[in-house]
Amino acid sequence: MDSALLVHRIHFAFTITFHYLFPQLTMGMAPLIVILKTLGLRRNDETYHEAARFWAKIFGINFLLGVVTGIPMEFQFGTNWSHFSRFAGGVVGQTLAMEGVFSFFLESAFLGLFLYGEKRLSARAHWWSAMAVFLGSWLSGFFIIVTDAWMQHPVGYARAADGSLQLASFWELLLNPWAWWQYAHNMSGAVITGAIVMASVGAFYLLCGKFEVHGRIFVRVGVIAGLIFSVLQLFPTGDGQGRMIALHQPVTLAAMEALFTSQPGAPLVILGQPNVEERKIDNPLEVPEALSFLTYKAWKANVQGLDAFPPDLWPQNVALLYYSYHIMVGLGTIFIAIMLVAVLLLWRGKLFSAHWMLWILMLALPFPYIANTAGWMTAELGRQPWLVYGLMRTADGYSKMVSAGNGMFTLLGFFGMYTVLGILFLFLVRREIEHGPVADVSSPR
Amino acid sequence: METLWFMIVAVMLVAYVVLDGFDLGAGAIYLGAGKTSDERRKILRAIGPVWDGNEVWLVAAGGTLYFAFPLLYASSFSGFYLPLMMVLWLLMLRGIGIELRAHVENPVWVGFFDWIFCVSSVLLAIFFGTALGNVVRGVPLGTDGYFFEPLWTNFRVGPNTGILDWYTVLTGVIALVALTAHGSLYVAVKTDGELNQRVRRVALGAWPLQLILTIVGLVATCYVQPTVLDNYKHYAVGYLIPLVGFGSLGVMFYAIRKGQDKFAFVGSAFYIVGMLVGAAFALYPVVLPASTDPAHRSLTIYNTAAGRHGLSVGIMWLIPGVILAVGYFVLLFRLFRGKVRLEGEGY
Ligand code: HDD
Ligand code: HEM
Ligand code: HEM
Repeated sequence: MDSALLVHRIHFAFTITFHYLFPQLTMGMAPLIVILKTLGLRRNDETYHEAARFWAKIFGINFLLGVVTGIPMEFQFGTNWSHFSRFAGGVVGQTLAMEGVFSFFLESAFLGLFLYGEKRLSARAHWWSAMAVFLGSWLSGFFIIVTDAWMQHPVGYARAADGSLQLASFWELLLNPWAWWQYAHNMSGAVITGAIVMASVGAFYLLCGKFEVHGRIFVRVGVIAGLIFSVLQLFPTGDGQGRMIALHQPVTLAAMEALFTSQPGAPLVILGQPNVEERKIDNPLEVPEALSFLTYKAWKANVQGLDAFPPDLWPQNVALLYYSYHIMVGLGTIFIAIMLVAVLLLWRGKLFSAHWMLWILMLALPFPYIANTAGWMTAELGRQPWLVYGLMRTADGYSKMVSAGNGMFTLLGFFGMYTVLGILFLFLVRREIEHGPVADVSSPR
Repeated sequence: METLWFMIVAVMLVAYVVLDGFDLGAGAIYLGAGKTSDERRKILRAIGPVWDGNEVWLVAAGGTLYFAFPLLYASSFSGFYLPLMMVLWLLMLRGIGIELRAHVENPVWVGFFDWIFCVSSVLLAIFFGTALGNVVRGVPLGTDGYFFEPLWTNFRVGPNTGILDWYTVLTGVIALVALTAHGSLYVAVKTDGELNQRVRRVALGAWPLQLILTIVGLVATCYVQPTVLDNYKHYAVGYLIPLVGFGSLGVMFYAIRKGQDKFAFVGSAFYIVGMLVGAAFALYPVVLPASTDPAHRSLTIYNTAAGRHGLSVGIMWLIPGVILAVGYFVLLFRLFRGKVRLEGEGY
């Protein structure tokens, strides 16, 4: 592989993966904060407001990291992927500009009100500012997903005389069926992150015996939201995404499942290592005919394997793609199981004394992040070797003028910068958790 | 249609410089003007609720540029690769400087973020001025519309330019001085007491420098890029724009002396608007002049624009979108109007 291409790909992959660690919590936590504030207003209970204020502080730190890591994303389309921008800017520029104009203004303006304005605003107005932040973050997720979905499944474009793509139908672009499934699935994934983070911190407080009133609220809201959205994640949204892929990117589906040969009644591999050289799965643990059923709702349906496509159309990294996909689905199944048990315990009134369950909830913290990252890796690796599916190859899209050495320089810069940001983030969030939702009389803050 | 989008992008960029300009300027004077920790906190409080929103104008202008002129975006962003990446790092450092300082009450922590905030603000102001200088001076565009500029070559204006040469360094310094004055006046509006007096003196001290540099800058521009005068010769109304710039400088001086901070701040805003609109007017319809073979290789609004259909759809959503955005800003600035008080404001 051309080394400048490789540098630009790693550059983008690293910065976007790091960026997405933050917005997923922003988008996932925002609706939960609105719920806490609503409960506080309804029940007229100050505890809920304290809980909301506690998460607002963490939200503020998280949001800041999302903003500072998001701005480089916007620039990189031009700096690192300029040939792509020239080729597709007439279409994707549309949604990216709309994101800036409609959602970032909304979010940033009302975040200021939400974080600094509680004393100046009435309780109801403050609730509205939380709502506006929620809407803004979900809108920004929408526009960026429409952009990504268009790259996965381009619609509503026309070719201009110079070969570039131009917008032909605005509504086709916005109503891209791929985008709606992807949006639903991705947002639900974000809420899972929010819910598990909330439940995890609550479980930590309960296990330490600190801030127990708030801890119970966190665990209760967290596991109920967690159960609802874990189920939505599998069905209908995950299933819908899968059908989109079967329909529009059959070769990606074959690679995700590491199905090397086309066959009727294809099995679903639960565990096993794809051996690309010999085109088989090592140590397979399979459910016979399940893949055919899941994709086409018929046990005997024929599923195309990788052998049905020329190798230069295969995703370049079949093994990584396969593992990303299986990690996501595996974790998704585990989340459903955990949340189901937790909600059952909650319903029977035993959750807060079931220490083993609280331990599990507390330790679950990193896994939704892993699942979301693995999901995006599935989507992006699965699209390869295309940058815009069927229209432009990744190898044609990077900035030809920016040499590998210049790219490496800034990549190393981002490594360093993001390491520092990551440490600062963990340090500050840990402090907030230590500090807790209510002011400790002994500390000055 | 292309002209309309040129104006839209220009207006958004001007809005960015006027808005984020005052918090950059506030950052540049931060260590010098804020003597005590309380004064520094006041400066931060003055920009705290608004700086992120101000910065969104940059993001939105960038997105709009991408949308309306994809080739210009592709060419300039990859050509200015290194300085843009540094701008990104500075923006990041500045953001964390502003927001994280107050999280830990420890003199080492606070001092560290104070410095980060101030230094990154100063450098950003210079970088933005340099960027404008590069766009006016022109870059070595190839026949395919792309280029790549190193950071510096020999600091002379010629065919082998780097990002930095004497002219772009000059524009960088002008930007720093202008934003310092702009930021000082904003802080003056938002504060009282000793801090208010001090920043007023900063603005007054910067004033003669600003006047001289503006004149030097205009002369240098005409020397480096003689074509800037063409549009003015064709449309004499254009001369009104620099007139507004100089008029605003006069207003600033008068208002600072009279102690009318708000009036002075508005004057400074108009000065910035005048200078930037003057530059945009001079360039039009070129958006990135080529330093070699300008007649054929320069990027103009016509050879970089997106398709017609996309552009006309864009108008439909842009207008309500920007009206909404302006609405949020009016609401935000109204809610946080008045002098900053440190007591009793929850975070
Ligand atoms: C908490 C996170 C999470 C969890 C538990 C799951 N997913 Fe997922 N998935 C995502 C987070 C995610 C994601 C990060 O949101 C992705 C990446 C791209 C996208 O839009 O959503 C995604 C993409 C994605 C794709 C599209 C890949 C592509 O575009 O090539 C499919 C087919 C599935 N998912 C299917 C599932 C199924 C069947 C799950 C079973 C429970 C599942 N996901 C759980
Ligand atoms: C936040 C979620 C996302 C993650 C974690 C992610 C991850 C990745 C990864 C891992 C790659 C490298 C693929 C490879 O090199 O084979 C990549 C490439 C890329 N992605 Fe994404 N991506 C995300 C969202 C997006 C979005 C929303 C867009 C577009 C709007 C996008 C556009 C691209 C582009 C342009 C590349 C470079 C070309 C390539 O190597 O495929 N990504 N991304
Ligand atoms: C290549 C793709 C991406 C680009 C160009 C991008 C751009 C940006 C920018 C410029 C910001 C800062 C806005 C501000 O100043 O307020 C930001 C923040 C944000 N981004 Fe991204 N982003 C990308 C990927 C994503 C993805 C995949 C999602 C979600 C699905 C997302 C959701 C958000 C959200 C919700 C914010 C608000 C800040 C935060 O939540 O932390 N972004 N993004």
